[in-house]
Amino acid sequence: MIRRYSAWALLREGLRDHRGWQEAWRKAEPAARYDAVVIGGGGHGLATAYYLAKNHGITRVAVLEKGWIGGGNTGRNTTVVRSNYFFPESVALYDFALRLYEGLSRELNYNIMLSQRGMLIIAHSDMEMEIAARIVNAMRLSGADAELLGADEARARVPLLNDGPEARFPVHGGIWQGRAGVARHDAVAWGYARAASGLGVDIVENCEITDFLVEDGSCVGVATTRGTIRADTVGLAVAGHSSVLAAKAGFQLPVHAYALQAFVSEPVKPMLDTVVLSLGTGTYVSQSDKGELVIGGGLDRVPSYGQRGNPPMQEQVLSGLLEMLPAVGQLKLMRHWAGIVDVVPDSSPLLGPSPLPGLYLNCGWGTGGFKAIPAGGWLLAHLMATGEHHDISRPFDLDRFATGRLIDEAAGAGIAH
Amino acid sequence: MQLFPCPFCGLREETEFHFAAEAGKARPEPAGQVSDDGWAKYLYFQDSPKGRSREIWVHLACGEFFVMTRDTVTHEVTGSEALSGRSR
Amino acid sequence: MSGYRLSDGGLTDRGTTLRFSFDGTAMSGHSGDTIASALLANGVRIVGRSFKYHRPRGLWGAWVEDPNGIVDVAWNGRTTPNLRATTEPLINGQEVRSVNAAPTAAGDRWRKLDLVSRFLPAGFYYKTFMWPRWERYEPRIRALAGLGRLDPGHEPAADCAQVNARCDLLVVGAGPAGLAAARAAAARGETVLLVDDQDAPGGALRWRGGTIAGSDWRDWAEDAVSTIKAAGGRVLFRTTAYGVYDHGLVCAWRRREAGPDQLWRIRPGRTLLAAGAIERPLTFADNDRPGVMSADAALRYLRLYAVVAGRRIAVATNNDAAYPVAAALAQAGADVSVLDSRDDSLAMAECALAVERNTLPSAALGQEDLTGVLAGDLRLEADTLLVSGGWTPTIHLWRHAGGGLRYDERLAAFLPEGGMPAMRVAGAANGAFGLAAALADGHAAGGDDGPAPPVGEGHASYAIRPAWPDPAGSGRAWIDQQSDVTVKDVALAAREGFRSVEHLKRYTTLGMATDQGKTSNMAGLAAMASITGRAIPEVGTTTFRPPYVPVPLPVIAGRRRGQLFNPPKRLELEGRHREAVAGLREYGGWLRPSWYGADGAAAIDAEARAARRAVGLLDASPLGKIEVIGPDAAALLDFECYNRVSTLKVGRARYVLMLTEAGIVYDDGVVMRLAEDRFIVSCSSAHVAGVRMRLEEWRQDRFDPARVFIHDATAHWATIAATGPKSRDLLEATLPALPRQALDLAHMAVTETALDDAPLRIARVSFTGERSYELSVPQSAAAALWDRLTAGLATLGGCRLGLEALLILRAEKGYPIIGKDTDGLTMPHDLGMTGPMKKREDEFAGRRALFTPQARGADRRQLVGLAVDESAEPLPTGAHGYAPSGGRRRSIGYVTSSYLSPELGRPIALALIENGRERLGERIPLVHLDATFEAMVTSPVAYDPAGMRLDA
Repeated sequence: MIRRYSAWALLREGLRDHRGWQEAWRKAEPAARYDAVVIGGGGHGLATAYYLAKNHGITRVAVLEKGWIGGGNTGRNTTVVRSNYFFPESVALYDFALRLYEGLSRELNYNIMLSQRGMLIIAHSDMEMEIAARIVNAMRLSGADAELLGADEARARVPLLNDGPEARFPVHGGIWQGRAGVARHDAVAWGYARAASGLGVDIVENCEITDFLVEDGSCVGVATTRGTIRADTVGLAVAGHSSVLAAKAGFQLPVHAYALQAFVSEPVKPMLDTVVLSLGTGTYVSQSDKGELVIGGGLDRVPSYGQRGNPPMQEQVLSGLLEMLPAVGQLKLMRHWAGIVDVVPDSSPLLGPSPLPGLYLNCGWGTGGFKAIPAGGWLLAHLMATGEHHDISRPFDLDRFATGRLIDEAAGAGIAH
Repeated sequence: MQLFPCPFCGLREETEFHFAAEAGKARPEPAGQVSDDGWAKYLYFQDSPKGRSREIWVHLACGEFFVMTRDTVTHEVTGSEALSGRSR
Repeated sequence: MSGYRLSDGGLTDRGTTLRFSFDGTAMSGHSGDTIASALLANGVRIVGRSFKYHRPRGLWGAWVEDPNGIVDVAWNGRTTPNLRATTEPLINGQEVRSVNAAPTAAGDRWRKLDLVSRFLPAGFYYKTFMWPRWERYEPRIRALAGLGRLDPGHEPAADCAQVNARCDLLVVGAGPAGLAAARAAAARGETVLLVDDQDAPGGALRWRGGTIAGSDWRDWAEDAVSTIKAAGGRVLFRTTAYGVYDHGLVCAWRRREAGPDQLWRIRPGRTLLAAGAIERPLTFADNDRPGVMSADAALRYLRLYAVVAGRRIAVATNNDAAYPVAAALAQAGADVSVLDSRDDSLAMAECALAVERNTLPSAALGQEDLTGVLAGDLRLEADTLLVSGGWTPTIHLWRHAGGGLRYDERLAAFLPEGGMPAMRVAGAANGAFGLAAALADGHAAGGDDGPAPPVGEGHASYAIRPAWPDPAGSGRAWIDQQSDVTVKDVALAAREGFRSVEHLKRYTTLGMATDQGKTSNMAGLAAMASITGRAIPEVGTTTFRPPYVPVPLPVIAGRRRGQLFNPPKRLELEGRHREAVAGLREYGGWLRPSWYGADGAAAIDAEARAARRAVGLLDASPLGKIEVIGPDAAALLDFECYNRVSTLKVGRARYVLMLTEAGIVYDDGVVMRLAEDRFIVSCSSAHVAGVRMRLEEWRQDRFDPARVFIHDATAHWATIAATGPKSRDLLEATLPALPRQALDLAHMAVTETALDDAPLRIARVSFTGERSYELSVPQSAAAALWDRLTAGLATLGGCRLGLEALLILRAEKGYPIIGKDTDGLTMPHDLGMTGPMKKREDEFAGRRALFTPQARGADRRQLVGLAVDESAEPLPTGAHGYAPSGGRRRSIGYVTSSYLSPELGRPIALALIENGRERLGERIPLVHLDATFEAMVTSPVAYDPAGMRLDA
């Protein structure tokens, strides 16, 4: 039984030098067999294990992580959560995630610091305003909150916006989603890990998959650097390394690995209340509770598994930032890094059975996996427990490439996400 | 800033190039006789190898497509060759 | 208040007095001071407050390693936040303010926060603030966090140049090792680029001094610099190499007094990293008290600025490098005593001061300021405690480049391991501590096999005995001063399972502050090693990420701002349009006239009417003009286009679609056949580069490149379109030399002729549904043609035509704009163009995908028109049609274009509607924000459905 976190517990522990705190999650040794094995100890994998235990009562579960949990894209992203998507299928997925996020701190008894400070996407022309209207109306029809803001309303939310005569991209207005915001990325991984561990899940770090066990054409477990582990059902949630593991399982995916960079400035006192994205520059930014600006932009140009940044995209993203918010030029870049993201041709995730029976996929989130973690975990758990799609995951099956029923947000909305 | 060798222009900065596709994929034809799955495989599925990768790139400045061999982890470029006429 | 300046010495210019203020108190310093040295000279102890507990913070270091001296500086009416006092030059008139403190650093109103610190350990926020929700607490915490304050009125210019540089050898660091290496390489004829973040050569020699090659080090350093320059090399000071990137690129930030900073992008043949080492703190209770300082920093303040850190100074060390510091301060008049963790050493033996052996501080005494030192039973009165916990080699760039590390037990440090072809490390960064060793290491690294220059005595010993944090120690001992991470926090992280070094960093925020852990990372992982019973190398290091020091964003962003940020393409005739009071906007990357005249709405209306009744003149120059030439040209275009091109007769043009291989409409355009083997693809202006690249791809992939050639002549030709019933009259009146057959061209015919010796291509292509002529001439002839044509407009009742009116005119005709009236799912049959997919049997791009289940589905969104009451407002573009679905509304598509048609006198709209063509005549509900509408589904063609106007 895990001890609850609370202000009272903090006070109590404060009086005895915090000696009573337990491990946030058990450091498990891998067993030889489990009912379910989840490959990948990022947000999606840990959430999957949690929901397997909580929703489906399957507690003989292992999460196998080759390094340390939350060390991949879960700990490398820009922490934005939102559901401002065009297609009903996408809104159903991402708004489900957002709704789960909204109750997550209390459900997990771990403060993931969800801060719904809203997200503004700035449109710079009449034509972009028409597209903004198209998206706002689509979101509302699909049940997500959305507002179409005029130029003055947009400027009021982000007073530092560049709107002078020299601005390359004038502010015409934008798309506002008030429920969007940010959450503390590491806490999401740790919170799920702690809660899953509390339900009996084994979280095994430093355990790399070397192969899949296949019997009669079905996946029955995995070979790892820490021994062979058999399982009735196996889930794959390894983001940028999906293709590498797919190759071990003997199939290809419609996925290409790219580096996505992120940037953090030195901290300053509060000066930006929302997440803001400029369609003209492609740069987006929010201010963390520590005061740092957390900055992101487009993918690097070169397919890569190198988790490091590269100057051409730095120049583009940061010049985009200063074009959008010129006063920010007073600040310095403190850190930058890159994550490896699994990019799918239609930029929508892959959820469903893999070509290898017994192995289920949760990948293809590309640049947007963090915001989907609770839903991705919930849906992969459903697939692994039942062998069937949840209604929300069905459209994201791998079969959509053969049927042609792609869910291409960039294409539908006219905006690349 | 990576430097890529265009077989026609020599070393140039990465911003002059565009990644086209993984090398070695032939368009299945007659396309009308290819199954939905087969067409999807051609169009969308790929290896995305970690490590050595053979890829088709285009040098935007001269418009020439070529095959580049490089490492997707270290980014070391080990080969660059012009397309030898047709790929099929 | 105990720092002071000696009456002479140091490198500052005592002839100049610079006035500045700190937290409102007037002070002064000299030219050559940093803000930190001036603060210290003025006796300032508390320079700021810690991030979390608002503990008082004093200067710890003297350069980039310092975690505490962060200030907001107002100067010349503008404030810049978060400057480093230790590296920022003092300028006359600076108003310096401490950060994270109010009203002053010394009198901070949040200073009592530390009293409840026991309830606020590492990661406390993960365990509380959940009820009812985090946002209830967040604003207060947010207001407490952050360092400096952004000045909303200060928008730094985008004026940082980017300089590309090459060299045989890049040397990072102009200390003894770097200078020796650069000198040796230059002597061998190599072009050397030597960069250093200080403003003069010498590195630590500048404050530690030394004799090289028989004379003062300065003579030798000067000789080295001359040698580098003589061999064609360069030396850049105040330049920080902050990152190594792929393919050996080194980025450096250069600060200049006379102009904006620069970003140097250096491509060296080889790089030598000689960045020295950084002194580590010692970890004991309250070791964060102002007055506790790096011993090396104190020497630096003394030698460079003649500032003495205190009057009663204790020096605590576990190595010999602190002894020269103690000696120098004693010589400067301070009362100095030494505590040493070791029993004996060379330096200890030679030391004339009292040394307490086998002793290190267990606690710093005092509250806001240091009053003494506790070392076991020993209690020393002291106003200043200088500490040296040993040295950490600066190997960041080596790690950026992918170099390995090994832990050296003797030096108690991580050192570069193994080799890399293009980089090596020398000097203290390589563990070669002491002048002689560093010099020899650099000399060899520079490629000289001979003996290194000899050095004088007294720089040899280091003899460190590791003194890592003691987890059992009492009190609160700081590891990361800026982030407020103590040994207890590391122990808590270990207890809770955050034992991986990356988890430790993230959970406690150790090393994540603006000093990037330069003094804290080693102590942190040593503490974790000790707590978890592992060896230091087992714990490992976190990733070294660029930049080495925080770099101003404008340095990286460069000059991409305003018009230099994705510059729009400009028309040859822009000047003419401006003279005609055009409203210029961006369309598809081109800056084009939206309308002509001051009143946009009226102008658009008038222009659209004129085109229908008389003639409009449009600058259509951005239209694609991609020539496809050669015996296989027709075959290539057959493959590229949805519509067959090879059946086109010479002198004729055809409207085509181009599809992606997924069957999606990529672009539309007109293909003209000028000869059997010569075509022009006139694609839409936004897609020229893309269409050209598609053509190239197919050409090189499946055709014989020797038999078909592609030439994009879009930028070479201007195109002026005359459209309207009087377009022919306009040409006849203004271009009398034009041959009759050009005027008589049939719709979709094309001919080449000449005008005033310039080639002229005329095509009867219409984007308005009216009789139209497209006249294309080389750009050099564009202005003359435009002038002649515009001269004839008034007589005919015509006018210049902007893009907005054109958008209406084409919408009246139901002509879609690809990307506006189509989306990334639209296939040709959704636009009603089913002929080729039914008839063509040959291969063409995108054909296969037109036959997937989805492509043949019954729910496709098709392009239709929408009609509303004549008196109604136009439908909002972006409104969605909907159908009821289980108590909710389901989108069935959306309005893509919507206008009030001047000619028809009623609103018109185009829309992509699910199964739209089967709904013709049906009334559908629409929604935009909170408003609903109703419209009837119609044909997209609202005007002249029979196409009679084309030859009117």
